[in-house]
Amino acid sequence: MNPANRQPDRAKSQHGDSAFKWLTLAMALVIFVLIGLIGFELLRGAQVSMHKFGWRFLVSSDWDPVNDVYGALPAIFGTVVSSLIALIIAVPISVATAVYLTELAPQWLRQPLIMFIELLAAVPSVILGLWGIFVMVPFLRDPVFPFLQKYLGFLPLFKGPTYIGSSMLAGGIIVAIMIIPIITSVSREILRSVPGLQREAAYALGATRWEVTRIAVLSYAKKGLFGAVILGLGRALGETMAVTMVIGNSSQIVASLFAPANTLASVIASEFNEATGPIYPSALFELGLVLLGVTVLVNILAQLLLKTFAGPSVKPQH
Amino acid sequence: MPATPNPATAATGLNFPAGTALTARGLSVHFGRNKVLKEVSIDIAAKAVTAIIGPSGCGKSTFLRALNRMHELNPDARMEGDIRLFGDDIYARGVEPVIVRRRVGMVFQKSNPFPTMSIAENVTVGLRLNGLRDKKLLAERIEQSLQMAALWDEVKDRLNAPAISLSGGQQQRLCIARALAVQPEVLLMDEPASALDPLATQKIEDLIVHLKKDYTIVIVTHNMQQAARSSDYTAFFYLGELIEFGPTAKIFTNPSQKRTEDYVTGRFG
Repeated sequence: MNPANRQPDRAKSQHGDSAFKWLTLAMALVIFVLIGLIGFELLRGAQVSMHKFGWRFLVSSDWDPVNDVYGALPAIFGTVVSSLIALIIAVPISVATAVYLTELAPQWLRQPLIMFIELLAAVPSVILGLWGIFVMVPFLRDPVFPFLQKYLGFLPLFKGPTYIGSSMLAGGIIVAIMIIPIITSVSREILRSVPGLQREAAYALGATRWEVTRIAVLSYAKKGLFGAVILGLGRALGETMAVTMVIGNSSQIVASLFAPANTLASVIASEFNEATGPIYPSALFELGLVLLGVTVLVNILAQLLLKTFAGPSVKPQH
Repeated sequence: MPATPNPATAATGLNFPAGTALTARGLSVHFGRNKVLKEVSIDIAAKAVTAIIGPSGCGKSTFLRALNRMHELNPDARMEGDIRLFGDDIYARGVEPVIVRRRVGMVFQKSNPFPTMSIAENVTVGLRLNGLRDKKLLAERIEQSLQMAALWDEVKDRLNAPAISLSGGQQQRLCIARALAVQPEVLLMDEPASALDPLATQKIEDLIVHLKKDYTIVIVTHNMQQAARSSDYTAFFYLGELIEFGPTAKIFTNPSQKRTEDYVTGRFG
């Protein structure tokens, strides 16, 4: 190009470009710095507790602020169990909804349904918690828990007093409601990416709709759906506000799902206000560290699963 | 059900040695407001290869899909007319498309094996849907179907390998084996070789000629040589209408319609 033809402000606009590049890079780096700082602060805050309790912190079930002895096991137990309850409830509902939306629903019903699911995701956690306290928990106390006890009471899970209401099961249900939207919408995306030719192959063999869904759609999408579930688990582990409001906040490990419990997140949320002295706050920091570690790992796993679901694709032909 | 008297057979002057497999009368298909197939009446010979040719958008794929009700997967589709499979009205009230598709199998333009299944599982998937569980019988059918699809020798040592480990041509023959395994009465093929290289295409064509001993085959093709080489009868469609139908030799050497002649000699299309 002849330099004489250049626009006069060309050089200046290149300056602008490089400034733009550095500015956006700096903003992007802020995210890394923030994550690093959060991790670092948690680690620093947890120092006292880590020194005092060592690995026993993770396996001890004493949580005794009066004597300043802390163990995370009940909270870890509560987090795992409430998340499992949530998955057991939410996964069938979410995957079935996604299947209905992609395979069966008439066109006019799809958009409204999708909108409602997204609305559910938009309900603030604290409002869900309020609903939980004032509507769900009383309803669980009577008639749901007595009903469960009557018919499933032979299982240790459904033994024990039913009149408390605020319980592990209540926490699990609330978390289920909160993770249904994410699992549903990720599953829907996964199912939509199954090629139409796969469905046609099954239809041409004389498969019914259910059979088409089973052999051509679900089996093709298995891995991606698993990723969607793990992503839901990642959310479930860290859910805080609504869970804190309905789980009963009691540090104990018991089999009964009707008994109050707590989770890593709910302990931090409900106790940071009264945590005094050098050790108590540090123990809360260490709970946070455990929670962060677990959720980061679970989310990485979910992302890996979803990424490898570029599909077990059929080879291109030439 | 008794076969209906057939005025059009007389009109086309065709006498099929093995009888008639399919008869379509006044077959029209609409997609929404678009009428893509217009009052087509045609007989399909049993145990013979019938080629459907015509330029893109002439309705040949729609015609094929109407023969096993696959067009109904499109919610906008609507059909009029009458199709009989060995005398049975496949659109009669109470006839499930699922049953029709078990009698009329289909192979698609792009091979579409089930990627999470092995080679053997792909072959038996239709049988398993029908409730067949007998291991020995399934093993027999696997060999038989893969033999018929001329794939047995290439895969017999790795039947449990994933279907997607096969080459494109092998995958298409696997899809043919999958369709044959349920022993359909008619096999529909929608441009089965259009995505394959010449060698793989050759294999598919040989296979088609071989299969007509036992099966009624209807094949849609863009490839004039393919139609001429492998079919017994040829139907030429244009803009949704059946322009001409007759023995392949006649259609390609001495067509009675000017448009057929123009198309088969490559003057348009």
